[in-house]
Amino acid sequence: MSTRDGDLILRHTNAVRVTHWAVAIVFTALFTSGLALFSPFFFWLSALFGGGPLLRFIHPLAGVALVLTFYPYALSHLADNRWLPADSRWVRHMFAYMRKEHADVGETHKYNAGQKLMYWSMLPLIAVLAGTGVLLWQPWFAPHFSAGVRRLAGLVHAACAFVMFVGIGIHVYAAIWTEGSIDAMIRGTVTRAWARFHHPAWLREVGGKDEP
Amino acid sequence: MALQSLDVKNQSARTSTPPTARRTPEVAKLVDVSRCIGCKACQSACMEWNDLRDVVGVQEGSYTSPPDLSDQSWTLMRFHEEERDGALQWLIFKDGCLHCEDPGCLRACPAPGAIVQYSNGIVDFHEEQCIGCGYCTAGCPFDVPRLSGRDSKVYKCTLCSDRVAVGLEPACIKSCPTGALHFGSKQDMLFEAEERLGDLRERGFTRAAVYDPRGVGGTHVIHLLPHGDRPEAYGLPARPKVGLVQRAWRSGLARGVGVATLAGVLVAGLLHYMRYGPLDVPPGDRPDGEVKP
Amino acid sequence: MTNHWTDIKNADVVLVMGGNPAEAHPCGFKWVIEAKLANRARLVVVDPRFTRTAAVADKFAQLRPGTDIAFLGGVIRHLLEKDAIQREYVTAYTNAPFLLRADYGFDDGLFTGYDEARRTYDKQTWAYDLDEHGFARVDPTLTDPRCVYQAMKRHYARYTPELVSSVTGVPVKDFEEICGLIASTARPDRAMTSLYALGWTQHSVGSQNIRAIAMIQLLLGNIGIPGGGVNALRGHSNIQGLTDLGVMSHLLPGYLTLPTEQDPDLATYLAKRTPKALRPGQMNYWQNYPKFFVSLLKAWYGAEARKENDFRYDWLPKNDKTYDILAAFELMAEGKINGYFCQGFNPLASVPDKAKLTGALSRLKYLVVIDPLETETSTFWKDHGEFNAVDPASIQTEVFRLPATCFAEEDGSLVNSGRWLQWHWKAADPPGEARGDPEIMAELFLAVRDLYLKEGGAFPDPVVKLPWPYQIPRAPSAGELAREFNGVALADVTDPKDKTKVLARAGEQLATFVHLRDDGSTAAGCWIFCGSWTQAGNQMARRDAADPTGLGNTPGWAWSWPANRRILYNRASADPAGRPWDPTRRFVFWNGKAWAGADVPDFKVDSPPDEGMAPFIMNAEGVGKLFALGGLVEGPFPEHYEPFETPLARNPFGRVISNPAARVYQRDRARLGTARDFPFVATTYRLTEHFHFWTKHTRIAAVLQPEAFVEIGEGLARLRGIRNGDRVVVRSGRGEIKVKAMVTRRIRTLAVQGQEVHTVGLPIHWGYEGLTRPGYLTNTLTPSVGDANIQTPEFKAFLVDVRKA
Repeated sequence: MSTRDGDLILRHTNAVRVTHWAVAIVFTALFTSGLALFSPFFFWLSALFGGGPLLRFIHPLAGVALVLTFYPYALSHLADNRWLPADSRWVRHMFAYMRKEHADVGETHKYNAGQKLMYWSMLPLIAVLAGTGVLLWQPWFAPHFSAGVRRLAGLVHAACAFVMFVGIGIHVYAAIWTEGSIDAMIRGTVTRAWARFHHPAWLREVGGKDEP
Repeated sequence: MALQSLDVKNQSARTSTPPTARRTPEVAKLVDVSRCIGCKACQSACMEWNDLRDVVGVQEGSYTSPPDLSDQSWTLMRFHEEERDGALQWLIFKDGCLHCEDPGCLRACPAPGAIVQYSNGIVDFHEEQCIGCGYCTAGCPFDVPRLSGRDSKVYKCTLCSDRVAVGLEPACIKSCPTGALHFGSKQDMLFEAEERLGDLRERGFTRAAVYDPRGVGGTHVIHLLPHGDRPEAYGLPARPKVGLVQRAWRSGLARGVGVATLAGVLVAGLLHYMRYGPLDVPPGDRPDGEVKP
Repeated sequence: MTNHWTDIKNADVVLVMGGNPAEAHPCGFKWVIEAKLANRARLVVVDPRFTRTAAVADKFAQLRPGTDIAFLGGVIRHLLEKDAIQREYVTAYTNAPFLLRADYGFDDGLFTGYDEARRTYDKQTWAYDLDEHGFARVDPTLTDPRCVYQAMKRHYARYTPELVSSVTGVPVKDFEEICGLIASTARPDRAMTSLYALGWTQHSVGSQNIRAIAMIQLLLGNIGIPGGGVNALRGHSNIQGLTDLGVMSHLLPGYLTLPTEQDPDLATYLAKRTPKALRPGQMNYWQNYPKFFVSLLKAWYGAEARKENDFRYDWLPKNDKTYDILAAFELMAEGKINGYFCQGFNPLASVPDKAKLTGALSRLKYLVVIDPLETETSTFWKDHGEFNAVDPASIQTEVFRLPATCFAEEDGSLVNSGRWLQWHWKAADPPGEARGDPEIMAELFLAVRDLYLKEGGAFPDPVVKLPWPYQIPRAPSAGELAREFNGVALADVTDPKDKTKVLARAGEQLATFVHLRDDGSTAAGCWIFCGSWTQAGNQMARRDAADPTGLGNTPGWAWSWPANRRILYNRASADPAGRPWDPTRRFVFWNGKAWAGADVPDFKVDSPPDEGMAPFIMNAEGVGKLFALGGLVEGPFPEHYEPFETPLARNPFGRVISNPAARVYQRDRARLGTARDFPFVATTYRLTEHFHFWTKHTRIAAVLQPEAFVEIGEGLARLRGIRNGDRVVVRSGRGEIKVKAMVTRRIRTLAVQGQEVHTVGLPIHWGYEGLTRPGYLTNTLTPSVGDANIQTPEFKAFLVDVRKA
């Protein structure tokens, strides 16, 4: 039986795609609202949320939504994100990869090492953001914590948010840069060629599944 | 143009410099703790003038009532019993906003104009701009602002900015029967406090001192403390300041670094794309035929 | 007050004992602070509790409730032993040199003349040794063993620091330190003011507490001078006015007294009340009693009062016995009073022993309550659960509530503690059907008069013929009443020395009580108020704060009785030669021609010093009385007696435990408790946040002090396993209340006569009406025992037990 490069392979199920975009939307809301709280330069973003008080109300709820959407999603992807020896090799060649000097990316399974790094950084970051967020959450939780604790929580929350932004920024850029990725997350499918090029090991694993 | 005495010299989450050409004298309230009899007239006057009515609570074994500052109680007499060297002291302290020159609340506030500092030194909350985040409660070194559970706005003493603006003293000053509360220019109040130190020292309060802590740039409510070496005895922090954590959190530098990070990520992505273009699957890598093992 | 509020700033030592002005008089307390600031005054507080006044004191001592005379007696001994008295003042201005009758004596707690069966004294031995002219013999050297000075020294020799300490619980060291501070004002250039209130009066020996401080102030030369005096801080804004106007069962306006059945006619009445001078050349001002009294009758009965009908003296009621408030409720409990008008008064909360009062009120046929607020008295018949557990069905008393106005809803004057009559203006209309008290009284009077006119009666004349000259008969105005109190000339009043000189024309408002006459040509409703509303207008409405001498004397601010005089006995601020004792405080002095100075001289202005007239012109002897002739019922010198409920089994000062002349009804005696059942000493008091039982009706005051509590020391708390904030039961011989406990270091366990005495502090403000948390009336616990002289209840010292609820 032969296959063609142009054949489409299912990369993300409907459920995964829906969850991903839900996480993406929630993150965008969190980030823009958080940015408004972080710097007066961006306070105008609060208009997107119906003004400051509503923004302040929505932000922590969005945080809860993020936790509820992200972690089930992340847990279901745990197996695909196990760190493998090949991943370390990938990391060593990361910059070459970014320069499109096509070193052998090797045995890339469903996710490459960059994506895994992203995955493993988001797991604790979001936890810390959620935790510190609870400490700051008025009017229900924050009054139970001292001013000193809340100040530290604020600092950590902001710092984590920026680390997260850097991560998400790379993630988004990588998706834009890597043609076909966004399609994959929108339509759920990639071409055989795309899979062979970016995730050969994965293609092998799912080889039997891309029959037309 | 605002009323002269209410010219704004600083405000929360500002993105530009407020006008600074006009100057007004800095005002201050002097609390002479040695003359205070804890009668709560100030508390009563504060409720009257500001139309506040706290709840009728329960007796919990203290003269302090209500038990804490709240959106309805902007000032509160706190009673501490203390015994040292066999001598009993009943320390009575009027709690409330100290109107710092460097207000931690204002630094912490993310809502533009929710907290303002007038050129006379009064730090005022404009609740209609308040978003209810409570950062000011974390930012205050004196634990003063209180977030209302009803409207999610933060409240505290305004030093009766409405009265001061039209040349009246704050309501608490007006009501104080013993002259424990004074109001005037900060210079005059400091002078008066210094004058009083002599009398206190002569009566045996050798450590009497004026509490006008440098760590917050001085305050516009200054206290004359008979036990000046131990402000903690009255419930005041010994060395209040806007701490490093808070500076790191809410400073312009942190905001700059944060925004730069954002911009950096965007610019880096753009430059990378310009230099390298999209990563597409190379054409040569599309053989018709067998999949490689 | 002999002095006034502002004058406190002149003091060098402020003694607060029997009062708590920082809490109960915070506005007046500013002058204590002023004395500390401007005068470097030392504030001394002696109290059963460490109060808010103590919080700003230079020296505090905690004494056992009811032992003030022990303490003050000890002070007197200290002053006499150390000779820390102002000797020239004492010799010239007090009765220290006066010789006493040889048969006067004191032994083991009793003065001479005691009748044990009737619990009264025959006071005739408490008198001076008079010469053939009826004048007292004196010994200016103070060495005669029969002189007052020596008698006093003997009397107080027993009050040693050790005994004082062991009775009061005040450590000897603290006691002596306070004695030293008090004694420091014996110098002519130093003054001590004494500020007291109900902490001294509400005892079975209340009047004698005040006597004791008066003696100390006389010994120190502190009466009649700026910064001195014996200063009663009155408990209501106008309670001084109430006393001045004689709203008491035995008084008439201006401290004239109501006739008794022993005074059948005017001549007898006046003869008993018009004293003769006890020393030559003295003013003896009460010799004018007939002028004041006849003018009062003229003010009341107008043209009906004529010389030939004794100015209608026969229309006045004659007391058969005393009708003080304790007596009234006793009669009510006996069913002998069956109608009661209760005006501006909440007796269920203010008169002792609530259970007795409830029983008494329940026996009434009707009760009329005239008050702006819903008082506990007006709802005494209502079941309020545990706080007022009564069965309304079993109470047949018909209660009428007549809503009255608050002070801000009416014009009028208030007399403050310093005797200032200050006019105030109506600020708001009263709500609903509320009306001013004069209106309510007038309508009642007119209705009663109509009934008498229609139906007649046993003795209608005093009602139907009573002049009622008000423009609106059902609503006499405050101004009309004030002008009536001041008095008016009914005929031309001429100068007795020069009959051609007219002092006041007929119909004119009188300028001074000096113009009052006993022939019916003047009328004055309250002679001491004469001068408050003159031809020049309402003097009480003046608001000139000018203080020309800097001594706090503001003659143009309002008007002070008597004669706009701000400090009583102010002649005593100068030495016998008329020179100020203290040149830096020149108050009233002889300027070569007359007495002059900052104040209106309390003296015959043209009597030169060498005429020898003494400063205490109201006294028949012209001097201040260290020894009180017949004035008080339980002795001429204050003597320590234990409260009627005492933790001690005996009185360490003598064999009589409690005041031997106090009246205690059988019913009340049966309700007294003993130390075995009720081991702790309780005292009641007010707090700053509330005014009696009124302000619990206002939200802000309710917020500031929301719920009833009892203050106990840490020792008692340990003993009973009580923690701060616990609910506890406080019991006495009269009943029990449940309140929150405040455990405090401000009340210590005292060592008294080898035993531990715990003090229990009971604030009084809560009840079952109002906006505070509902609670019991503290009055449930208090004993129905009064001061022996004027029956002020013993609220400040009684026994209770406290346990966890």
